[in-house]
Amino acid sequence: MIVVVDSCRELPKCTVAQRAVGHDQAIAPDGGHRQSMDTFLPLTVVGVVAGCIYALTAAGLVVTYTTSGIFNFAHGAIGMVSAFAFWDLSQHHHWPSGLAFAAVVLVVAPALGLLIERLLMRRIESSSLDTSLTVTVGLLVLLIGIAKMVWDPSQPRFVPQFFPTHSVSVAGVVISWHQLTVVAAAIAVAIALRLFLYSTRPGIATRAVVDDRELAALTGAAPVRFSQLGWALGAMLAALAGVLLAPLVTLDINTLTLIVINGYAAAMVGRLKNLPLTFVGGVALGLLESYAVGYLPVGNLLGQIKPIIPMVFLFVALLVLPQARLRGRSTVIRPPRVAGLRESLVTAAAFLAVAAVLAVTLSAGTIATVSLAVCFGLVMLSLVLLTGYGGQVSLCQLTFAGIGAFAMAKVGDGGSVLGLLAAVGLAGAVGALIALPALRLRGLYLALSTLAFAYSMDYVFFQNPKVFGNSLSLSIKRLHVGGLALTNGRAYFFFLCAVFALVAVGVLAVRRSTLGRRLVAMGDSPAAAATVGMSLTRLKLLVFTLSAALAGLGGALLGGVQGLVGPADFPLLSSILLLLLAVVFGIRTTTGMLFAGLVLAYGPVIQTHVHGSLRDIVSLGVGLGAVGIGRNPNGTFGGNTPLQRLRDRRAPDLPAVVAVPAPMGPVEGAGRAVR
Amino acid sequence: MLCVEEVSVRFGGVQALQGVSFEVTAGAVTGLIGPNGAGKTTMFNVVTGLQRPDAGRVRLGERDITRLRPQARAHLGLARTFQRLELFGTLTARENVLVAAEVAAGLTRHGRSPADLTGELLERVGISDVAAVPCDVLPTGTARLVEMARALATGPRVLLLDEPSSGLSSGESAALGRLLLRLADEGIAVLLVEHDMDLVMAVCSMLHVLDFGELIATGTPTQVRDDRRVQEAYLGVTVEPAAPGDAPARVD
Repeated sequence: MIVVVDSCRELPKCTVAQRAVGHDQAIAPDGGHRQSMDTFLPLTVVGVVAGCIYALTAAGLVVTYTTSGIFNFAHGAIGMVSAFAFWDLSQHHHWPSGLAFAAVVLVVAPALGLLIERLLMRRIESSSLDTSLTVTVGLLVLLIGIAKMVWDPSQPRFVPQFFPTHSVSVAGVVISWHQLTVVAAAIAVAIALRLFLYSTRPGIATRAVVDDRELAALTGAAPVRFSQLGWALGAMLAALAGVLLAPLVTLDINTLTLIVINGYAAAMVGRLKNLPLTFVGGVALGLLESYAVGYLPVGNLLGQIKPIIPMVFLFVALLVLPQARLRGRSTVIRPPRVAGLRESLVTAAAFLAVAAVLAVTLSAGTIATVSLAVCFGLVMLSLVLLTGYGGQVSLCQLTFAGIGAFAMAKVGDGGSVLGLLAAVGLAGAVGALIALPALRLRGLYLALSTLAFAYSMDYVFFQNPKVFGNSLSLSIKRLHVGGLALTNGRAYFFFLCAVFALVAVGVLAVRRSTLGRRLVAMGDSPAAAATVGMSLTRLKLLVFTLSAALAGLGGALLGGVQGLVGPADFPLLSSILLLLLAVVFGIRTTTGMLFAGLVLAYGPVIQTHVHGSLRDIVSLGVGLGAVGIGRNPNGTFGGNTPLQRLRDRRAPDLPAVVAVPAPMGPVEGAGRAVR
Repeated sequence: MLCVEEVSVRFGGVQALQGVSFEVTAGAVTGLIGPNGAGKTTMFNVVTGLQRPDAGRVRLGERDITRLRPQARAHLGLARTFQRLELFGTLTARENVLVAAEVAAGLTRHGRSPADLTGELLERVGISDVAAVPCDVLPTGTARLVEMARALATGPRVLLLDEPSSGLSSGESAALGRLLLRLADEGIAVLLVEHDMDLVMAVCSMLHVLDFGELIATGTPTQVRDDRRVQEAYLGVTVEPAAPGDAPARVD
């Protein structure tokens, strides 16, 4: 069902420690306290090694973020591509591993970083979070797509450790030279970065750019130069982490890409700018994970939280971050014109007329896919409210959809109106619960906390046999009201279209209402919104609840299309993809969501029809579309067509013309009081 | 009306404000001036709740508002504009003012319909013609007027304006001055940060001068203009002591 990351379901152990523990030190998974002294040192070694890899990744993220202001979601993908390139050179082409290492880390990676900076990032440096997030996630998708084309995922690959036959024994613990290499690399990088940033001219200038870009530019520094440096250096660190990690885990595209997400937590400990703290955070996380694997019992609730430790770590690190000052957005966005009630009703009617024709003419298979698309579109409408209007970026909308589907299946007979209400209610309630701790977070931090939530839910809820049963699937019927059942797929399709049209008209009505104005105000400038007296806390809570409820509705109806729902329908990366497609198709528009839903639903269909190395053509297309957002921040249907761009160029003249006729004119005669 | 007492703010190694105290009275325009980086905008942030002071208090009327959140201060009648514009860029000028009026109406600050009040305010500051334009594309001067109309829509008792005249022509500045005096006549306490000295001298009844985070002078425009420390701060040179009998205004 998922375009890009169809096999990420097979990753129950997405952490370095969990994999490494099994591989090297061979510790009984249910170690228990009796063995605590025997296992403590080996677990510490594994934890430190994993922590060093997290620290290297996180340091790369921090370097890029501080110099360019962009949080690079594709950081892991760069590490993954580097690891595969290393495999290609050292195993496939039989280069000596030292040479292959140097070629990848010192040549390929920095070149890739520079290329990315030049082609994509330079344009989006001061743009809004959803834009930069879309571009970097798009890059991630693109790199995964390219990797799948170049290195066939079905073929197993292994990279031997560095110095495979060497090891030392310290206090009875066998430490491989590879593990020593990892630690040495982390220490070397830490020292080198410290020396560079504090003792060299370019390093000091880099820190100046980090502190105040504009001011540094005024004093003659060239921020672009430092962005280039930041991207090259960041890519090198990603590559270093990837290449060092590769021998410790299975060389798998998704695993390597995802493991790095754990590095986010370490980066957050350093508040995305403090490198020493970042290293501390990385090692702390590695140790925590390793001890958890070794000491926590298996099977009960405590055992279940093991895989989500990095995410809990991330969430806690986010919550204890000092609150950032309220600031506004710096780029100019040309918002799409808001349709009036009449116009949106006419559009909805026309849409339903087309839907009626399609319902009777399309083949049964097509109906199923298109129904799925409409449901995805419905879930995406929740993003229009939350992200498009309110400016709050969520990476967990599909999680809410899954919760909705769960409620639909469990309440009533699996297809009742009551179930639908329960779906909306439960998803909304969970949305509010999630929003509560996240309320003080803004922008990127909020987005990351929703990511941590989605990731955690994946393990404790969706993969949990107690929730989804041993077959990890629940059956959902199509909605029936009284004696009227929508068992017919064509009727159900039309019903879905009607719901979509209704909700779309509703979303547009919200935009024209005072709630909509307040949401956009909050998204545009939280500082100004607060100073005119708006309670951002209440507004955020409200919009999170509303949008989660809406996503829950979409999920419940989606269940009816397939009859069965399971965790595979709501994976984490699809939530990210959902946001990405929504932004590509114009996150402030309702019609765009329909097209985005079509792409999401048709991706896997196309994938099954295309064979060979072009199989991932869809993810390539999606990735390209997303990175294209850097050039066209309003999305495909957002109104910023080349034609409009021409008009935009003239736009600055427009107000000048209007502002001229005696602006303060009326003041003189006016006795009107503003109380 | 608004009372700032011994406020200090420190950013890392920089003392942005050091024990600053002053008062803004109702029914008058009070000026807050000083060279760039003197701490004027930081003071606005402290007063409106966007920056927590390390020490000192802010009172509005009889009430200590130092620990209140920005929106609570707005509810008590504090409104501001921003030097670096903070408009709701994707809303139209009209919507910018309307949303503020709606928030205030929800608090029953004024009995009128938000839409009526918005129309009136747009006309009053002279931006009715751009009502339907998204604010991101407005030129700076016009955008500042939108911010002012938005601030007025909250029905303020105290209005803080951060360089409202930059981006305006001299004719427009003069009109702005007349508007400020009229607002003061209506009983609003106006605090004006401004670099246009002609405007400051014309409308302010009282001036406070900041330099490197410290209040170096307080007095009427004439007193402040003749103050030696003010001239030093602005011109960066040591000025000969003023003629005897021309007592400069000093802060304790």
